[in-house]
Amino acid sequence: MSAEVEAPQIHASDKVELKKKTFASWVIFAVLAIVVVFWLFPFWMAIINAVKPQAEFVNNGVLALPQHPTLSHITKFWSDVNFSKKLTNSIIVSVWAPLITVALSFMSAYAIGIGKVRGRTWILALFMIAFTIPQEALVYPLYIAAKKIHLYDNLWSIVIIFGVLQSAFGTYLLSSVLAEFPEEILEAAKIDGAGSFKILWRIVLPLLTPTLLVLATFLFIWDWNEFLIPLVLLPSNDNQTVALSMAYTTGQWTSEPTARAAAALLGALPSILFFLVFQRTLMRGVTMGAVK
Amino acid sequence: MSAVDVSEVTQPSKVAPKKKSGGKSGNTVYYLYLIPGMISFLVVVGGAFFYNIYISFTKWNGLGHPHWVGMQNYQKLMHDQVFWESFVHAFYFIVAMSIIPTFLGVFIAALLFDYIAPRFGNKSAAYMRAGLYMPQIVPLTITGIMWAWLLQPTSGVINTFLTRIGLERYALDWLGGEKTAIISLSVIMVWIQIGYTIVIFMSGMSRLDPSLHEAAQIDGASWFQRFRVITWAQLGPEISVVLLTTTVAALKVFAPVYVMTGGGPGTATQVPAFFSYFHFFTTTKVGYGAAVATVLAVILTIMAVIILNIQNRQQAGANKR
Repeated sequence: MSAEVEAPQIHASDKVELKKKTFASWVIFAVLAIVVVFWLFPFWMAIINAVKPQAEFVNNGVLALPQHPTLSHITKFWSDVNFSKKLTNSIIVSVWAPLITVALSFMSAYAIGIGKVRGRTWILALFMIAFTIPQEALVYPLYIAAKKIHLYDNLWSIVIIFGVLQSAFGTYLLSSVLAEFPEEILEAAKIDGAGSFKILWRIVLPLLTPTLLVLATFLFIWDWNEFLIPLVLLPSNDNQTVALSMAYTTGQWTSEPTARAAAALLGALPSILFFLVFQRTLMRGVTMGAVK
Repeated sequence: MSAVDVSEVTQPSKVAPKKKSGGKSGNTVYYLYLIPGMISFLVVVGGAFFYNIYISFTKWNGLGHPHWVGMQNYQKLMHDQVFWESFVHAFYFIVAMSIIPTFLGVFIAALLFDYIAPRFGNKSAAYMRAGLYMPQIVPLTITGIMWAWLLQPTSGVINTFLTRIGLERYALDWLGGEKTAIISLSVIMVWIQIGYTIVIFMSGMSRLDPSLHEAAQIDGASWFQRFRVITWAQLGPEISVVLLTTTVAALKVFAPVYVMTGGGPGTATQVPAFFSYFHFFTTTKVGYGAAVATVLAVILTIMAVIILNIQNRQQAGANKR
C-alpha cells in the first residue's frame, strides 16, 4: 500500500499537471526566450569568432558563421600565454584558499553557533562589517607586508589572504546555520560525556559537511574570479591566474579580433564548465549567502 | 517540559548554576575555537586596514618612510573634483547594478516562477534562469574583455550589426566616447547582475505561501495584480537585503573599469575603487590613495551597519511569529 501512495509523489516533481497554455502565455514564453538568447549572444559571438579563420573574418565580418572552423587561434593563445600554467595557478588558489576559509569559519562558527560564547553578536557584527571593507583599503599594506616576508609574487600569499579574508563571510554564514543545530543531539552527546572537540569532530562536522561543501564550491568561484589583490601581488607571468592573464594580454591582441575572441572564450570556458557541473550547488550557495 | 528546553536554549546562564561548574567551563572552552579565526583575521585584515588608515595620514611614495601630514590628504580630497566625480559615476553603477537589476529581477523571477514554470514546466524556467545567470559566473575581467571586443568601434559586433540594419549613425565609439563610456559600462553591469537577483528572488518566492496567490486567483486577480500586491509585498526582506548588498558591490566596482576603460576617456569612468588604485600604483601618491580607500571603507561600513540592523529586525520579527 505504501508503494501505491509513494509512487505518485515521486512522479509529482516532473509530471505536475501544467496549466493551460494560452496564446498570451506563448507570447510571454517567446519574449523571455528571446531575452535569454540575447543574454547569451556575447558568448555565442566569442565562440563563432574564436574558431573563424582570420581571412573569413576580414571578408565576411564578425557576424558570419565560420565556413571552415579552426582551432588554431585557441591553440596559439594557449601556448602563447602558457594557459596550462595559468589554469594550474587558478586551481591552486581556488582549492587551497577555500579549504583555509572553511576550516577557519567552521571553528569560529562552532564557538558562536554551538558554544554561544558571550559577545557573539559583536563578533558576528565585526565579521559582517569586515566583509564589506573594499579590498582597496587593504591592498597596499598587504603589498608591503608580502614584500617584507618574501611572499610577494608568490601564489601562497594569495591563498593565505583569500583564505582569511573570505572567512568573514564563511563565519557569518555557518554561524547562522549552526545556531539552528538541534539542541537534543548536543545534549545527548554531553550526557555521554563527549567534550567540545569530540562533539565538533564526531557530531557537528559530519552533519554539516553538505553545507561546508556548498560553501567551498561557492568560494571556489569567488577565489577564481578575484582580481585586484592578485593583480597587485602577482606581477610575473608564471604566477598569474586565469582572470589576471586576460587583463594583461588584451593589449597585444587588439590587432587580431579573432585571437581576442579566442582569448575571451578560453578564459570563460573553465567557469562555464564548472557552472554546468555544479549548477545546483552553486545556486544553493548564492541563496544561502544573500538571505539567511 | 518543552518550556524548560526553550529556557535552556535562550538563557544558558540560568542553566549554569544547576550544572555546577560543568556548564560554565563548557561555555568558556568554546572561546578556544575562536582563536585561529580571530587571530588570522585580525592580523591579515585588521592589520592591513589600520595600516591603511595610518598611511592615509602620511605623504608617501611607497619607498622609504611615510611622512606624517595629518589631515592634509583628506583636505585635498574635499577639493579634488575627480574624487567627487568618481562618486557620481558610482551612482551610475548603483543604478545599473542595484536598482535596475532588483526591479527587473523581481519581475522576471516572478514570471519564471509562477507564470512560466506552471505552464511550461520547471525545466524551462530553470534553463532560462541558468542562461540569465551565465554572465555572473565568468570572471569580470573576461566578460570585460569580451564586451570591449563586442563594442570595438570598427570591426566590433555591435557596430557591424548597427551598420547592417542601416543605423550607422548610431555606430559610436562606445567605450572611447566621453558620454557613451559610462552608459556602456552601466548596460554591461545590468547584463552581468540580473542573473544574481533572479536567482535570489526565485528562491525567495519558493518560501512564500502559495495559498495567498490561489485565493487571489479565485477572487479574479490577474497575474500582474497578484505580482504587484502579493509577490512584491511578501518579498520585502529579500528586496531590501538585495538592494543594499548590490549597492555595496556597485560602490566597490573595479575590474570592469580596469579592463574596459581604465577610468577613461579622461576621467569619464573614474570610480572610487579605481581612483585609489590609480594613486597607489600610477601616481604613487600612496597616502592620497589610502585616504580615498578609507573614505570608501567608511561609507561601506555605514551600509553594512544598516544591513545588519535590517536583518536583526527581520530576525526579531521572525522570532515573534
